[in-house]
Amino acid sequence: MSAQARTHFSFARVMAVFLKELVQMRRDRVTFAIMLGMPIIQLLLFGYAINTDPRHMPTVVEARDDGPLTRAFLASMRQSTYFDLVALSHREGEGDRMLEAGEATFLVVIPEKFEERLVRGERPEILFAADASDPIAAGGATGALQQIAQTAFAPDLEGPLHMRQASAAPYDIVVHRCYNPAGVTAFNIVPALLGVILTMTMVMITSIALTRELERGTMESLLATPVRPTEVMLGKTTPYLLVGAVQVGIVLAVAIFLFHIPFTGSVPALLTGVTVFVIANLMLGYLISTVARTQMQAMQMTFFIFLPSILLSGFMFPFAAMPWWAQGIGEALPLTHFLRIVRETILKGGGFAAIGDDLWPLLAILALLTAVALRRFRQTLD
Amino acid sequence: MNGAPVIDVRGLTKRFGGKTVVDDVSLRVPRGAIYGFLGPNGSGKTTTIRLVCGLLRPDHGEGTVLGHDVLRESALIKARIGYMTQKFSLYEDLSIRENLDFVARLYDVPDRAHRVDTALEDLGLATRGRQLAGTLSGGWKQRLALAACMIHDPDLLLLDEPTAGVDPKARRDFWDQIRRYAARGVTTLVSTHYMDEAVQCDFIAFIAYGRKLIDAPTREIPGKVGLTTLRVVADDLEGAAAKLRGMPGVDLVARFGTELHVAGVDAAKLRAAVGSLDGMPGFAATPVEAGLEEAFIHLMTESTDNMQ
Ligand SMILES: Nc1ncnc2c1ncn2[C@@H]1O[C@H](COP(=O)(O)OP(=O)(O)OP(=O)(O)O)[C@@H](O)[C@H]1O
Ligand SMILES: [Mg+2]
Repeated sequence: MSAQARTHFSFARVMAVFLKELVQMRRDRVTFAIMLGMPIIQLLLFGYAINTDPRHMPTVVEARDDGPLTRAFLASMRQSTYFDLVALSHREGEGDRMLEAGEATFLVVIPEKFEERLVRGERPEILFAADASDPIAAGGATGALQQIAQTAFAPDLEGPLHMRQASAAPYDIVVHRCYNPAGVTAFNIVPALLGVILTMTMVMITSIALTRELERGTMESLLATPVRPTEVMLGKTTPYLLVGAVQVGIVLAVAIFLFHIPFTGSVPALLTGVTVFVIANLMLGYLISTVARTQMQAMQMTFFIFLPSILLSGFMFPFAAMPWWAQGIGEALPLTHFLRIVRETILKGGGFAAIGDDLWPLLAILALLTAVALRRFRQTLD
Repeated sequence: MNGAPVIDVRGLTKRFGGKTVVDDVSLRVPRGAIYGFLGPNGSGKTTTIRLVCGLLRPDHGEGTVLGHDVLRESALIKARIGYMTQKFSLYEDLSIRENLDFVARLYDVPDRAHRVDTALEDLGLATRGRQLAGTLSGGWKQRLALAACMIHDPDLLLLDEPTAGVDPKARRDFWDQIRRYAARGVTTLVSTHYMDEAVQCDFIAFIAYGRKLIDAPTREIPGKVGLTTLRVVADDLEGAAAKLRGMPGVDLVARFGTELHVAGVDAAKLRAAVGSLDGMPGFAATPVEAGLEEAFIHLMTESTDNMQ
């Protein structure tokens, strides 16, 4: 091979760096364990914290009617393990007070003349008010209440009232979510958590890619070889693309099998979004690595990126409610766009058309980060 | 030693934050030469080597290395040099074989697996290829680093104190190997603090405070330094040495076994000074040919402290 040819891009050298990086990653047990264990631990911790299958939720019932149907409903409530009937009130307003005071998580209001109006076919409304600041509980409770109502009223709807049961239920359950009208649920949080985990691990791990070589002194002999900046970059980030893929697999599996998140959208669109997002994070970390002189500095810069990602991406606070300048910062963060992409694809059933508005900004961020990182890469020691 | 010089750089200057660490250094190293680089700690040897291989950009200076422009074509230069750093700079968390394999891949070495096997055998580490490099002793790390920088058969070797901490037998093997390379036309620039290694070089450059003081074929060095040396014996050698030190004309008093080598640039003053000791029991003084050792000890004492 001629000397001239050596200065061209060499796939063999990318492979050299890639394989070296893989071996080092495998040997660095702690980091390796953190990278694969962190998504699992975070999700499980989260799973317990949010408790997707709650029991014995304190409930107050305001019964303004006391016919046999109401009594059957109350009996059914008492049998349910989901609700704990903490109070039975006949006075209007008492339930609201208890809900507000936090003495009950749920309030069920059976309106006046419920039975009479039901018989007349007026579809009376059972009001179900939930303290939705605990969104998971609120989500499940609605379903549980439907069940209770159905079993409670079924026997009484035999006979003369049979025709009332035939079509839709002869009553309406009206759900009021208090304190968290948007109704953020695990369905929202778990996919978003994927973005947070990826931001954390991908940026952190690549941020030390070059600083570690600098600190250990291996940079000097690496730079003395004909290896080019693009080759180092590709070789050093590709192994973590694989780690990212494994993390995505873990989180999605947990999301689907443990949290039963209904996945409705386009898989290729989601995977495209995830891939671009992971690479953008790798480049962000790599850019940090070209700026920081020590691993400590790299870590600090990673957190400097991580905090705004959590706070300004719409993960913590609703994006639309943030001031304009915070939204501006948010738009520049990969996580912001990723959160919208997962929401569109996983929750709203969207495809490529739906994520376009966020895929392009993400690609632009990626291109910018890559270009700056390559420019910043120092081929000399000074 | 024919054709254009392998290293031909002029006026290399490097400053770190206002401090001039390499000051107007020019080097011409012919093909196949072993070129020794000497100087006290902090004199700028490592920095000069880094400038030559393109790891640092000079503030001033120009020239060619292996026929390529040292400022603009460092990628081409890097492909054909083997640089052994002063501090161990292979991967401690890779095995011996993985380190060699990594370097061989970076240089696109043909028939890589075979080349790595041979290197392991030459090192005598064939059975320890799977051991992590970080678990090797200091001397063995040096030997591994040396093998790694030669794995792609470079045309120019830049070795920064390659034998520091290496045992005498391994050092001799190492120098035999350098000689074999030189016979094949490989050029070597090697920094060292060992006199027995300096004498093995074809040329020697002495650098202090970032400036090159002397640059000549090894056998001409003593003449260049211009020392007259007298061998002095006396019953009370320490007493004689104490008297001689600080006398006018005496630049150097060094003890070699049971005798003193007393040297100075001004031959007449030196003789007068040594003559004043006449009458001490067992005193005798005979002229000897000035050697490399005196020359370098003299140069070193002239420029002891290079730290600022
Ligand atoms: N990156 C740097 N930044 C600032 N100063 C530096 C840098 N590298 C070297 N120096 C300074 O330059 C001077 C020469 O250093 P250099 O390492 O070249 O000396 P040396 O001759 O190799 O010494 P030794 O024999 O101890 O290896 C020293 O004073 C050192 O402190
Ligand atoms: Mg040095």
